[in-house]
Amino acid sequence: MSAIEIAAVSKVYAGGVRAVSDVSLSIADGEFIVLVGPSGCGKSTLLRMIAGLETITSGTVAIGGRVVNEVDPAARNIAMVFQNYALYPHMSVYDNLAYGLRNRGVPKADIDARVAEAARMLEIAPFLDRKPRQLSGGQRQRVAMGRAIVRKPDAFLFDEPLSNLDAKLRVSMRGEIRQLQRRLGVTSVYVTHDQLEAMTLADRIVVLNGGRIEQVGRPLDVYHSPASTFVASFIGSPAMNLADAEVAGGAVAIGGQVVASGVGGIADGKLTVGLRAEDILPTPNGAGVPFAVRYIEELGATRLVHGSVEGRHLTMALSPDLPLADEIRITVAADRLHFFDGESGRRVGR
Amino acid sequence: MIDRHPWLDALAHAVLIAGVVLVAFPVYVAFIASTHGPHDFMSGLVPLLPGSEMVANYRAMLTDGLSSSGAPPLGGMLWNSLMMALIIAFGKIAISILSAYAIVYFRFPFRAVAFWMIFVTLMLPVEVRIVPTFKVVADLGLLDSYAGLTVPLIASATATFLFRQFFLTVPDELMEAARIDGAGPLKFFRDVLLPLSRTNIAALFVILFIYGWNQYLWPLMVTTTSSHYTIVMGIKRMSDVADALPQWNVVMTTVVLAMLPPVVVVVGMQRLFVKGLIETEK
Ligand SMILES: Nc1ncnc2c1ncn2[C@@H]1O[C@H](COP(=O)(O)OP(=O)(O)O)[C@@H](O)[C@H]1O
Ligand SMILES: [Mg+2]
Repeated sequence: MSAIEIAAVSKVYAGGVRAVSDVSLSIADGEFIVLVGPSGCGKSTLLRMIAGLETITSGTVAIGGRVVNEVDPAARNIAMVFQNYALYPHMSVYDNLAYGLRNRGVPKADIDARVAEAARMLEIAPFLDRKPRQLSGGQRQRVAMGRAIVRKPDAFLFDEPLSNLDAKLRVSMRGEIRQLQRRLGVTSVYVTHDQLEAMTLADRIVVLNGGRIEQVGRPLDVYHSPASTFVASFIGSPAMNLADAEVAGGAVAIGGQVVASGVGGIADGKLTVGLRAEDILPTPNGAGVPFAVRYIEELGATRLVHGSVEGRHLTMALSPDLPLADEIRITVAADRLHFFDGESGRRVGR
Repeated sequence: MIDRHPWLDALAHAVLIAGVVLVAFPVYVAFIASTHGPHDFMSGLVPLLPGSEMVANYRAMLTDGLSSSGAPPLGGMLWNSLMMALIIAFGKIAISILSAYAIVYFRFPFRAVAFWMIFVTLMLPVEVRIVPTFKVVADLGLLDSYAGLTVPLIASATATFLFRQFFLTVPDELMEAARIDGAGPLKFFRDVLLPLSRTNIAALFVILFIYGWNQYLWPLMVTTTSSHYTIVMGIKRMSDVADALPQWNVVMTTVVLAMLPPVVVVVGMQRLFVKGLIETEK
């Protein structure tokens, strides 16, 4: 178990593609970090640089206080779980788990004990003699986890390990990974493009965009105060509503209509206003602004209502108990608004 | 699926049976001929029913050979052919799997050039380069040796290419997992890639064994003493006699004997062979 220190790391691929730009991140011992971002944002590249599978163009990566830029993957004492599991097809489950241990000369009895323990933890003991192709996707996933666990590594690195599973299995494996990581207390870096996975698993989320860190923070902090319009629209489902606005003398106006006044700390000019779907409230008896309902998505516990206010698209979350009309009236608490700079998209104000 | 239709079925069977007959009939004729005495062919008619000389023919060819046409006993020639076929098959597999490994898994200067040079040699089979190759082998003093018989035939673009294609289908993550598991390049090759290539190797072995066994032109050029003759050229020598009729019964005896080892290899490795040609599961 160790802390991981990433300092000003960049990666430029041979073809000139700049996959990761100047990323710095301190990961505490035992922490569960999730790297999240859209496809192609450099998540895997960053993870693979920590693993040692990709060279580091500039900057340093240190694991447990030791700079590992030039250290072989095997000598970094990390374990990695791949999206396609990467199990050795011709080896039994037992051999898949034992292979790495044999290579480092762990005594046979020790290997037996470690494999047995991992197999018990992951409930794969009945399959130890099988070949990977004789296992279901979920079981293969467990074997891949087992291969990571038996190593007793300083860090677990996961690259979209649940993407090949069906939705139901993904949710249950997600829970198991989280519990396992808590129990073992091993520092973990987990890559996913699924913001829900990020929210549910992480101690801290790292949102990447175009090879740069947009925001680092605890899931709820990222959700409640996104650092940029990118994070606002990436984290949370449905995505945060965003609208162009102007600010003059602390009064924020969307299309000429003032939505908040007395807002401090924002220079006059263009602004983007953000609003979560659940922060929009229906109002009774004629108060608020008119909201033209366009279509509805029923989620069971809630109901997503898509529509528009003065031609601007808006999504709100309503309780399914409320009666719906073609046009309803809504209001917004001014303190629930998020403000982002109109040019850079960075959060301003509160 | 194509619809099954009774007389389409019948047609398919007819075509297949015709194919089998077409292939099997000459083999049958050869076998029948090998059971007759030397005089049964004088009439110019090929007998179609077994004769009585089978044991005598086979015993004579295996022990004495056919002295009149300068062919040594078949045992030696069969042995030479076997050695040649095995050395070529194993040599080709060993060299091509290693070069494919280098080309696919290692970044080195002029890697693409190396690959294309290997690829281009596909256009230069032995027959095309036979004169210069003979000169090289002769200058190296390799005439009348197993080395001379096999080395020029071992370098193999086809097999390299096949292994390359196979390696490209092996997911990169497997190599990366092995690296994290502490397996260096040679260990990865031995513990992962080689076992995964098992069926491919078997299929190639069958093809290359038969390729080596059937070599005719090259052994004819580089062997001058009968102790290094191979069975295929032996057959040719026997049927090519001056001032006499070829002894078709013993020629056919030799042909039948020469067919046996490839048949054994094909039958023995059939399961792996078919798997190697059709298997895509990894
Ligand atoms: N081996 C490579 N060579 C060149 N470019 C690459 C390589 N691997 C990834 N890239 C590029 O780097 C960027 C980031 O890739 P990656 O880290 O795989 O993204 P993610 O995992 O977030 O989807 C992409 O633009 C991708 O095309
Ligand atoms: Mg990726």
